[in-house]
Amino acid sequence: MNRTVQIILAILIGIAPCHAPVKAEEVMIAVAANFIDASREIAPLFEQATGHRTRISYGSTGKLYSQIEHGAPFELFLAADTQRPIKAEEEGLAVPGSRFVYAKGRLVLWSVRPGLFHNAERFLKEGAFDHLALANPKTAPYGLAAHQVMNRLGVLDGLTPKLVRGESIAQTFQFVATGNAEAGFVALAQIREWEGEAGTLWEIPPHYYAPIDQAAVLLKKGEANPAAVAYLAFLRSDTARKVIERYGYGVE
Amino acid sequence: MTFDWQPVWLTLKLAGTTTLLLLIIGTPIAWWLARTHAWYRQALSAVVALPLVLPPTVLGFYLLIMLAPDGPVGRLTQSLGIGSLAFTFEGLVFASMLYSLPFVVQPLQNAFEALGPRPAEVAATLRASPWDRFMTVVIPLARPGFLTAAVLAFAHTVGEFGVVLMIGGNIPGETRVLSVAIYDYVETLEYDQAHLLAAGMLAFSFLVLMTLYLVNGRISRSHQP
Repeated sequence: MNRTVQIILAILIGIAPCHAPVKAEEVMIAVAANFIDASREIAPLFEQATGHRTRISYGSTGKLYSQIEHGAPFELFLAADTQRPIKAEEEGLAVPGSRFVYAKGRLVLWSVRPGLFHNAERFLKEGAFDHLALANPKTAPYGLAAHQVMNRLGVLDGLTPKLVRGESIAQTFQFVATGNAEAGFVALAQIREWEGEAGTLWEIPPHYYAPIDQAAVLLKKGEANPAAVAYLAFLRSDTARKVIERYGYGVE
Repeated sequence: MTFDWQPVWLTLKLAGTTTLLLLIIGTPIAWWLARTHAWYRQALSAVVALPLVLPPTVLGFYLLIMLAPDGPVGRLTQSLGIGSLAFTFEGLVFASMLYSLPFVVQPLQNAFEALGPRPAEVAATLRASPWDRFMTVVIPLARPGFLTAAVLAFAHTVGEFGVVLMIGGNIPGETRVLSVAIYDYVETLEYDQAHLLAAGMLAFSFLVLMTLYLVNGRISRSHQP
């Protein structure tokens, strides 16, 4: 046998047994699209603090829920509403009592064009634009909130032909950021991470839409995984809350 | 349960428009590729074939940038007074034409190459004009190629998803085509609707391909001596 091969084999054989008993576990997390940036910042902090590792999948809350319902291997669910985590509990997919609100979302109307509007309500009422982006209200809680805002302002019916629906709040943001839609309803957290043109921003008064209480829940698949339990606890720590607040979310 | 026919009509309209335009544009491209000896012929063939190998997300991503108001295509369409193409039916037609181009050009090019220069030359000795030669000799002889091209372009456009999802914006009656509607129904757990559309697509696709094979089989048999 070639000497190099022997050395490699020796190393591999040496590694294999001592790899198994290491206590660091990996947790698979399903994260609502609005929380992408914040979760990316929290992940290394969590890994540093606990030694566990994370694997994160993103999507709209509705899409992630339907994946969980069909046996996706997620162990934690960080949704953008409380409805789906509650539903997961009811369907026996989540561990009862593990659910809590980790962030309160803020909806904004945003455009990359500077000075596109001064009075956002008038801008929406006049509707002098081709496309207004929002997330699909059926699957994305931020889209639902956008619907509520337009309903309240009495512009929903008039604007319906101009609405373009992103599959998730991330795609909605991308429609607006590329300038393909003049403006759109996105999450405040997304603006915080945006490094391009500041554009025009309207921080929508919170009473214009039902609170976007974003709940996290431990899924049945993660019940026995110490890393999943540790992540939920970490999400409540001051370290994580500071990050969450910095992204413009409210915390309880 | 009320059945929403809109995505079905919209998809047929999109596929029909795309196929027609692609046949008009693809025929001269295929003819030129089949006849030319230009050094950049291979390069052009490769460009035409690109959508076959590229993930639709690559096409969708570049389209999104190109169609944006400050992108190259966006600037052109705006200066022409058509406005931005993103999130419009016309934008989907444009994207579908790029996406399905190889499905039209390649069968046509194969048909033209298989034909060889002979039939047109013979027609020329009978004093047929180039246009006349093409219309009355080449096109009828290349009929299986045209049929394959049309069917593949149509079916491929019907089956398009990734590109439409990225530049469509899911607007009912404008960009919410069948594949996107099915995706939407699945996401929102409306499985009855999803099943209806999905099963319909399955049956449709099978019938289209089956018909294509049957008809092409008959044509090639009738051409055998």
